Amino acid sequence: MIQSFGFSSLPILLYGALWTLILSASTFVAAGIFSLIFALLRVLGPKPVRLLIAGYIELVQATPLLILLFLAYYGLSFLGYYFPPLAAAVISLTLYATAFLADIWRGCIEAIPKQQWEAADALAMSTPQKLRYVILPQAFRISLGPTVGFLVQIVKNTSVTALISFVELTRAGQLLNNMTFQPFEVFLTVAAMYFIICYPLSYYSEYLQGGKRARSST
Amino acid sequence: MPAVQLNNIKKCYGALCVLDGINLSVEPRDVVAVIGQSGSGKSTMLRCINGLEQIQGGSIDIVGHRIEPGTHSLRSLRKEVGMVFQSYNLFPHLNVAENIMLAPRVVKNVPKPEAWETAQMVLKQVGLADKVGAYPDELSGGQQQRVAIARSLAMKPKVMLFDEVTSALDPQLTGEVLKTIAELAAAGMTMILVTHEMGFARQVANRTVFMYKGQIWEEGRSEDLFSAPKTPELRSFIAPNLK
Repeated sequence: MIQSFGFSSLPILLYGALWTLILSASTFVAAGIFSLIFALLRVLGPKPVRLLIAGYIELVQATPLLILLFLAYYGLSFLGYYFPPLAAAVISLTLYATAFLADIWRGCIEAIPKQQWEAADALAMSTPQKLRYVILPQAFRISLGPTVGFLVQIVKNTSVTALISFVELTRAGQLLNNMTFQPFEVFLTVAAMYFIICYPLSYYSEYLQGGKRARSST
Repeated sequence: MPAVQLNNIKKCYGALCVLDGINLSVEPRDVVAVIGQSGSGKSTMLRCINGLEQIQGGSIDIVGHRIEPGTHSLRSLRKEVGMVFQSYNLFPHLNVAENIMLAPRVVKNVPKPEAWETAQMVLKQVGLADKVGAYPDELSGGQQQRVAIARSLAMKPKVMLFDEVTSALDPQLTGEVLKTIAELAAAGMTMILVTHEMGFARQVANRTVFMYKGQIWEEGRSEDLFSAPKTPELRSFIAPNLK
């Protein structure tokens, strides 16, 4: 069925954009939980655990996301664990995002001066108390900018899930192009929609990193 | 019974011993100044007393707690021993009142109204009652250090340790912090002060300890130590200050 690209084509793209947002949000929540645990274990855990997490981060950071996606979708189904495209997409994106986010957050925790730990020590605080009241609130502040910046990467990276036929924005664009044969108009619109999602995030990230003054510790 | 007793403590990094058999006894209400060159081990000794550094030999008895090599449960001891650092180390994300109330609230489970009252009281004691809502970066170095002292006092410690608390301050700000410490001394707080302020040590501390190469080289009443040093090392150390 050939139709021409116009306003009637927008619903399919908006539908795709909605799934891009859902996929990004699920990935961010899941990766956020794992990253916090990994970042803390990387800083405070026993040495074998620290090495294990460091190994995971190095390995995944050096692997293309597309390969992780194919492993989760085709590889695991070959082993008898079949995941629908949405699940495979969330699993691989989470694995991938965790490797970067855990590293970013570890850096933020390690950026808090050793003297802050000592001051809390001298006040008889336990390790969970030190983290909850002294270290993490400060680390959270410096992590905001880079974290929101990384969220932009997550949004853009969801586009690779088009390759396992998950219908998000990019896949919706492909389908629409098959119907209209107007690739320039279609993909330009798709690009504009990514921009509309990502630019406010980028802007906010720069605002957080530059504009807002971080309280320096003395 | 002494408030603090160091029994032949050793702190070594491999073959290098930065504390080489320290014996020291501090009575309740004593104010002990610890002086000596940089690298003589004075700060390390202080940090061992509340377990920020591990010792490799000997033992420390402090207000009913004992530290030995490998002792790990130090929290009950630290509830009773305050420490103030050279670099203040206030929590920059909390205001003055929150800095002071945090440890009493979460460590000792003091109810909020009571913690608030204590905060007001200790701030008054250090002369900063009007800064209760300020953030650390809005205060001068001297004010920050006095807040740090108040934060320690709010835990109602039995012994206070001061680690070169005026070394980062200019002379005028040094004066206001020293005044606060002198008032604490007058109120009967047991204190150990690592300091480079010889005049202050002489004036406020009833005893002074001179450390040299990881050992206590000479100790005695402050007056005697400064007016009649026995060892040539102490004589040459205090000579520039007597000009």
